[in-house]
Amino acid sequence: MLNFTIRRLVMAVPTVIIISLLIFLLLDLAPGDPTAQLPLTIPLEVRDEIRLALGLGDPVIVRYFKWLQMMLVNEPLHALEQVTGWNVAPDTQRILSWQSRSPVGDIIAQRIPQTLWVVGMGYLFGILIALPIGIISAYKQYSWFDQLGTFIAMVGFSVPVFFTGVVLILVFSVWLGWFPSMYDTTLRVTDWDSFMRQVRQMVLPVSVLALFNAAQISRFMRASMLDNLNMDYVRTARAKGLRERTVVMVHVLRNSMIPVVTVIALGVPSVFSGAIITETIFRVNGLGALLINAIYANDIPMIQTLTFIFAVLIVLFNLIADVIYGILDPRIRYD
Amino acid sequence: MTDVSRPEAEATAAKPFTPDQAFRPPRNQWWDVWDQFRSHRGALLGTLVFVFIILFVGIGPWIWQVDPGFIDIRSRNQGPSWSNPLGTDQLGRDMLARMMYGGRISVAVGLTAMFLGLLIGTLVGVLAGYFRRVDGILMRTTDLFLALPLLPLLLVMVLLFRDMLARNFGEAAGVFVLIVVAIGITSWMQTARIVRGDVLALKEREYVLAARSIGTPSRRIVSRHILPNVLSPIMVSATLGIASAIITESALSFLGLGFPPDFPTWGRLLFDGRDWIEQYPARVVWPGLFISLTVLSVNFIGDGLRDALDPRIRGR
Repeated sequence: MLNFTIRRLVMAVPTVIIISLLIFLLLDLAPGDPTAQLPLTIPLEVRDEIRLALGLGDPVIVRYFKWLQMMLVNEPLHALEQVTGWNVAPDTQRILSWQSRSPVGDIIAQRIPQTLWVVGMGYLFGILIALPIGIISAYKQYSWFDQLGTFIAMVGFSVPVFFTGVVLILVFSVWLGWFPSMYDTTLRVTDWDSFMRQVRQMVLPVSVLALFNAAQISRFMRASMLDNLNMDYVRTARAKGLRERTVVMVHVLRNSMIPVVTVIALGVPSVFSGAIITETIFRVNGLGALLINAIYANDIPMIQTLTFIFAVLIVLFNLIADVIYGILDPRIRYD
Repeated sequence: MTDVSRPEAEATAAKPFTPDQAFRPPRNQWWDVWDQFRSHRGALLGTLVFVFIILFVGIGPWIWQVDPGFIDIRSRNQGPSWSNPLGTDQLGRDMLARMMYGGRISVAVGLTAMFLGLLIGTLVGVLAGYFRRVDGILMRTTDLFLALPLLPLLLVMVLLFRDMLARNFGEAAGVFVLIVVAIGITSWMQTARIVRGDVLALKEREYVLAARSIGTPSRRIVSRHILPNVLSPIMVSATLGIASAIITESALSFLGLGFPPDFPTWGRLLFDGRDWIEQYPARVVWPGLFISLTVLSVNFIGDGLRDALDPRIRGR
């Protein structure tokens, strides 16, 4: 198993390197200029000096390796220092945002909790809804429940999030006035009252994401259960005289969860990057909103860093999914 | 899978042989596909809705000859009436005409981007499956593309190349080319994987061996023997491709990085209508409804096609 994990890990390294190069080069072509936001009274020569001071005078390949070093060594060390309080961070240059002139890593660290709370909750609830629906749909295949579930799942992944979000705002905050349409990031949870306010403002974004995720995961769950329900070992278990409940919930479910768990793991990166639209609709001040604002403001270092983090997350969770699959299904390991 | 011959033979062998079947005139296999497709209620309904939408955006503007860009500031924010069945927007432009023209762009983007993605995907899939030498490198590239965060990259690509293309091709055409190419080159990976898997299985078949043994060149084996047999997974991923391309284009427009404001697309209309949602909710609901209906109908068609093109299900 360790061997398998190490092999997968080694295979992931070149992928990350190539992706970082792609992202760096793509954004290096950008017509953006870090001095564009400065006052017009600054003379051209001074502008050129500012650019040189920011390291834009070096050849592309030098800048790439400098960026890679900042990205892979300096920023993680700074993050480690913030978390643990150890004095490990080097005094070298950090990646600075062109918008705010503060280190990109610090801004991202401020934004991560909002994204994790709202979008992560959406994903979690999506999974919790999807699993029972998938199990019942498969067990009672072609029943009215299954038909309804199929239809709702179809609607769930056909209707784009930006439409469900807007419709929910229309119904629940404009007409009924139950929930606020905007997410207030400054709200501090101190007592019961503010806790309820926090819950109320999370309901709409979380349910939009939960519906979308549940639609996909419940389909996988159903298909995987159906594959297993007709297997010989299920007949054996029934013939042994096990209760129907044990057969379905223990024997079939455990085998059907193998592909579903990997699908769930593969979906985790989309918690971070795919929620751009939801965060924009509900004005959640998370990573997605940060990326959109950086794109509008031509803040190249911020875009590079965020895109690279998203890419690393995808590679990482691909790896995790592979390893989980290897643990759950021993046949895969000897491939 | 395109495991065509064997399961079908079993299915016919299992059925009791009746004289009727023997004297039935030979018919094209597409009729069988159509028969199976027809029995899928959702797919049939989806086709009807999709045809309606195509007619709405295709010949709608010839019947409803109102300029979608005509500004009549005195009749702004009107509700539905005989002269403006869907009302007017904040500048007094007719919403029905805007919906039709917007749909034209959205559907056109969806179809072209799908074709581009399908073309790349099929090409990569066939090459990787048929020629061992390029298999490794092509599949690593596919994996690499699958590991890219697509929506952020699409946004970045639009940001970077919009001005350049707008200068070269003109405002609307430039953005159209950019969005189609951007969606196309970020959506071919699934098709490539499916096609490669099928080609790998097909090329070991006896008829391919027979074709090769009489000296058929590779390109003709691919075009005559391999491609027709991978057609069904390609058709299914085509329908899924239209759906996701339309959603992606709308999402880009919704984030303000799609077509410029003068060119209405459904996503753009939804984006514009959002500011007026409290006073005029219809302005958000119509474009959203059309996007959702299009995607839903296309997905149902895809579902039906998958069943209809699978010979193991057909005839049951």
